[in-house]
Amino acid sequence: MILLPCVWCGPRDASEFQHVGETNARPDPAAATPVQWRGYLYLRGNPCGWTTETWYHRMGCRRYFKAERHTETNEVRAVYPGGRR
Amino acid sequence: MVDVAFRGELGHPSWLAGGEGAVQVSTNGHRQAARRIAYPARYSALGLLRRGLTHANWPPAWRAHPLKGSYDVVIVGGGVHGLAAAYYLAANHGITDVAVLEKGYLGSGGSGRNTAILRSNYLTPEGVRFYDRSIQLYRRLAADLDFNVMFSQRGHLTLAHSDSSLRTMRWRAEVNKAQGVDSEVIGPAEIKRLAPFLDVSADARYPVLGALWHPPGGIIRHDAVVWGYARGADALGVHLHQNTEVTGIDVAEGRVRGVRTSRGDIATRVVLNATAGWSSLISGMAGVAMPVQTFPLQAAVTEPVKPFLSTVIVSGTLHVYISQTDRGELVFGASVDPFTSYSMRGSLEFIEGLAGHVLELMPALTKVRVVRQWAGLCDMTPDFSPVMGHTPVDGFLVDVGWGTYGFKAGPVSGEAMAQCIASGQAPEIIAAFGLERFTEGLLVGEKGAAAVGH
Repeated sequence: MILLPCVWCGPRDASEFQHVGETNARPDPAAATPVQWRGYLYLRGNPCGWTTETWYHRMGCRRYFKAERHTETNEVRAVYPGGRR
Repeated sequence: MVDVAFRGELGHPSWLAGGEGAVQVSTNGHRQAARRIAYPARYSALGLLRRGLTHANWPPAWRAHPLKGSYDVVIVGGGVHGLAAAYYLAANHGITDVAVLEKGYLGSGGSGRNTAILRSNYLTPEGVRFYDRSIQLYRRLAADLDFNVMFSQRGHLTLAHSDSSLRTMRWRAEVNKAQGVDSEVIGPAEIKRLAPFLDVSADARYPVLGALWHPPGGIIRHDAVVWGYARGADALGVHLHQNTEVTGIDVAEGRVRGVRTSRGDIATRVVLNATAGWSSLISGMAGVAMPVQTFPLQAAVTEPVKPFLSTVIVSGTLHVYISQTDRGELVFGASVDPFTSYSMRGSLEFIEGLAGHVLELMPALTKVRVVRQWAGLCDMTPDFSPVMGHTPVDGFLVDVGWGTYGFKAGPVSGEAMAQCIASGQAPEIIAAFGLERFTEGLLVGEKGAAAVGH
């Protein structure tokens, strides 16, 4: 598959990771309308090109990080620490 | 040019004005009178013999046309869904000023990359009814299209390796029976009789506890389905444009005005997005957000061996499905790759895992060699059901979200989307699959029957 450079562990096989994927901003549950809330739950950009996404190093350091990956070539140009959301 | 009806604008499109005879679809969706299609050459055994003896060339199955400046309906995506929609628009509704735009060649996407398995043993009544209609259409497709699609209803086994999956099989069997679809749960002895090479012993790594046996399921030749629909649509006057990539969709005042392509602009008031893995990109051009994520799905095929497997075998636990083609090759499929991507490269990791799982089920296959692997793109929805019908943009319709189960639904989707375009209203058979279900919270959960088992 592909090599993914973990922020803390360096390049590892992608099978060690869990793809959390695109994350979008969570609206305030008390203030959001049902339409806004379901948009947050279900709608995704799903770009063909560069995307910023969250990965979890499940079989390594067990920490979350952000990666900038090209979804057509699977090239990763940047990784940086980042929470789940 | 014929006016096309939009929701809330015209009650009926003008081609319905000719009286009852103009519509050839009855309320239950069955075609009453198929139009006799004027093919350049009808295919027959006699014709095959004559051409074999005289070495005469076959006429092309479909023609190339210059791109017109306007069409009544533009269908984006030249796969089984787009071509079936074009065919049924022309055959059932008399709408022939239709263009099908395909960025590669016809059937180059998911239609030519799936494992060609057909079944209707789903989990929700909506799903079962829908896919069963597709099987009915597939059954008479060869006669309708005058094209041998090689549909073999050889039966479909979904294995259960745990008590919980056996419970799901029973659930599916009961839902299926209630909808008049032939499905039943059978035990290991019966499975062994149907598939003697399957390891059903109790000491297997994942013992087979039972299976959902679905006799109407089977396999078909997927390329022939694409070519048959293309030939049928072309003979009825539909323009098929290959190597024509859509680069933009013009929307003004909430309504579709036209489509921009790599070969020029087209004015149109109806656009159908039937692009599977690329569907969110096309919808994005019209400003419609989609609840889909694109994942690659890989498959592989072995060298041909003697026929030994007469059913389709699916194991959700082992993430694998196996069938043997008429030529003897074993076709393997799996679940989607573990992360989103538009890349269609295969991976060694996939083929290693797949081979291991196949050997768990059929240890006798150790010496069989894999000759080819490939990937296709799947637009996965949160509830494993498709997204079909109108969108907030008038004139922009979708037939997407087909995930890993789109091929088997090609005919019924084409028929339903054609009806949707012609009447301006989503027919009952796809009413549950509208885009609005995601804002209304009315999801149609099919994960239990669609996630791996195809």
